[in-house]
Amino acid sequence: MVAASEEVGNPSSVHGFGRRARARLEDARESIAEWLDVAPDRVTFVSGATEANNLALAQADGPVLASAIEHPSVLEAVPGTLRLPVEADGRVDPERCERLAAETGCGLVAVMLANNETGIVQPVREIARRLRRRGIRLHVDAAQVPGRLEFAFAELGADYLALSAHKFGGPPGIGALVAGPGIELRPLLRGGGQERRSRAGTENLPAACGFAAALRAIGREEIRRIAELRDRLEAAVAGYPDVVIIGRNRPRLANTSCILLAGIAADLLVMRLDLEGVAVGAGAACSSGKMAESHVLAAMGLPREIASCAIRVSLGWTTGEAEIAAFLAAFRKIRGELRDRPGLANPAPATT
Amino acid sequence: MPPRISLAAVPVGARVVIAMSGGVDSSVAAALLARAGYEVVGITLQLYDHGAATGREGACCAGRDIRDARRVADHLGIPHYVLDFEERFRTAVIEDFAATYARGRTPVPCVRCNERIKFRDLLRTARDLGAAALVTGHYVRRVEGREGPELHRAADPAKDQSYFLFRTTREQLAFCHFPLGDLRKSETRRIAAELGLPVARKAESQDICFVPDGRHERLVTRLRPEAGKAGEIRHLDGRLLGRHRGIAGYTVGQRRGLGVAVGERLYVIAIDGGRHRILVGPRAATLSAAAVLEEVNWLGREEGSAACRIEVQHRYNTPAVPAFLERRADGRARIRFLLPESGVAPGQACVFYIGSRLLGGGWIAATEGAAASAPGEVVEPV
Repeated sequence: MVAASEEVGNPSSVHGFGRRARARLEDARESIAEWLDVAPDRVTFVSGATEANNLALAQADGPVLASAIEHPSVLEAVPGTLRLPVEADGRVDPERCERLAAETGCGLVAVMLANNETGIVQPVREIARRLRRRGIRLHVDAAQVPGRLEFAFAELGADYLALSAHKFGGPPGIGALVAGPGIELRPLLRGGGQERRSRAGTENLPAACGFAAALRAIGREEIRRIAELRDRLEAAVAGYPDVVIIGRNRPRLANTSCILLAGIAADLLVMRLDLEGVAVGAGAACSSGKMAESHVLAAMGLPREIASCAIRVSLGWTTGEAEIAAFLAAFRKIRGELRDRPGLANPAPATT
Repeated sequence: MPPRISLAAVPVGARVVIAMSGGVDSSVAAALLARAGYEVVGITLQLYDHGAATGREGACCAGRDIRDARRVADHLGIPHYVLDFEERFRTAVIEDFAATYARGRTPVPCVRCNERIKFRDLLRTARDLGAAALVTGHYVRRVEGREGPELHRAADPAKDQSYFLFRTTREQLAFCHFPLGDLRKSETRRIAAELGLPVARKAESQDICFVPDGRHERLVTRLRPEAGKAGEIRHLDGRLLGRHRGIAGYTVGQRRGLGVAVGERLYVIAIDGGRHRILVGPRAATLSAAAVLEEVNWLGREEGSAACRIEVQHRYNTPAVPAFLERRADGRARIRFLLPESGVAPGQACVFYIGSRLLGGGWIAATEGAAASAPGEVVEPV
């Protein structure tokens, strides 16, 4: 990425600088394609998973059916998108998905590979198999997945896949939409022939190189290390009688833990942990910083007063033993203080 | 140099929560707390959908005020959180606002917000965060009296906001501090500029935050369609003078915008929410000799007589006037003005003072007319 930052050329230019830049861009594309085990021309660089999701859904002929737990960049990408419910265990039922897709006559189904709030992995392979025989296309948002779960694009059987580099240590502002064999993309951004006419605009060469490097740096060992840390954290908090871990017995991403401390509103717990130097999330972060209600837990059928007590703990490549210990110490302290205060724990925001 | 502040009985270094609206006042209060050495936690409440309030569909929920509050907090290097209070604000303040209009009364939503949102729910959050105090940028003074903290008018009479805090209880007051109460607004602005706060030159906020365009009728009639139902405008003497466009657009004491021309100056005397009727009459009929108050809050001495001579302020923008107060056991009270007062409007707050000290107050439920032309002496609008 550093080397690429020094390139002065525009990959579209015909002169020597441009050729060098173009070569680097295509190197990055090949590297990413190799990691995904697809042909390089299947990889279209975009600004991130939000754009990738928007671009994928723009390919739909007919209505879109999206799982209710998708990211807003899927749910809100095209007007009139239909919601596909998830089961109480947080997973899409492939049979139900196929039936609804057929009944609604939709042209595209969107099911994420794993959810960002719970980490729960979706049965995408089975869904893809069922949709394929009906000729319905499948888009898979995999923004959360690299570095947290091993997968291969070809094995999924999906038609589109969205990636975002910053989610696995790459730079922000770059991602890719991967398209299945033979699928050409209709551009959202027009006015330039870049990316095989799929996405106009000068390519972000340094970021693309960073994207490729971050993807190559992902190791199987690291995924295992993070999963072990996460499991240790969960084993420690599961000892409290008022703690529930959502999806603990389901296939999940290695780094995500959705922890519910009954009766303590998540926004309060997030603030208390932050004041102790521990950064966790709750619900979906709005751009205002407001901690909004989780549409994911609501879609799983969790009552609002329970869903509003769930925090999301994410581990990363910088998380180690010390961070887990710090979390557990802060969690123990805060839980003790809030439990000791009769009647003062904030109820769910629904009450007035 | 900005003044050095100190919160009574809160040791330096203690955690305190500052309610940050994104305006100059609470930003300066936050800055003064941080400079005084407290562990300051800024909280901004998301009270309503800014996009919906301004009629811009699809606009993000965050208004400019929340972004400003964050910028100030970042500038001061203090943690800052935005809490979603939309639902409780809707039920506790906005729906109450509309319901009050539908009853023919003129509400004061800022009182409800202080009472139910800031000094109840936010105060509870502050306690849950382990804070020793909740601080706001209100222009009021907390004075440590012999029997505990007292609430007093601000040093700057033009900015005094004590009227809006009349529902504050003793227990709440014990936890709350108001470092701007001794400052004039011009000093607050000067401090903001000296400290380089990003909001130093920001304009004053509107009267009612959730009605940014000032047209409250639209909101009220959406929530309470009956308040937008057309009805009669009748003279006290029984004449039908015309029709009105819904009682939500009228306030007792109002003269302009009645839309009736009969050659005499007419004022709204009463609003009958049940019959959707506006009663109008001459200026003399707007005078009230007394008012019945409900939901009375009392911060004065508990012992002693239930009847006393005090000063009362029955609107935000009028001076306090002498009156006799009789408190009743059922939370109601009767105020008898020493001299008849005009524009005493049901739904408004009637706040009690002695000198600068706020003793409590109540909601005006009914008025007792002073003029001979007032029918039946008591105008009970419901």
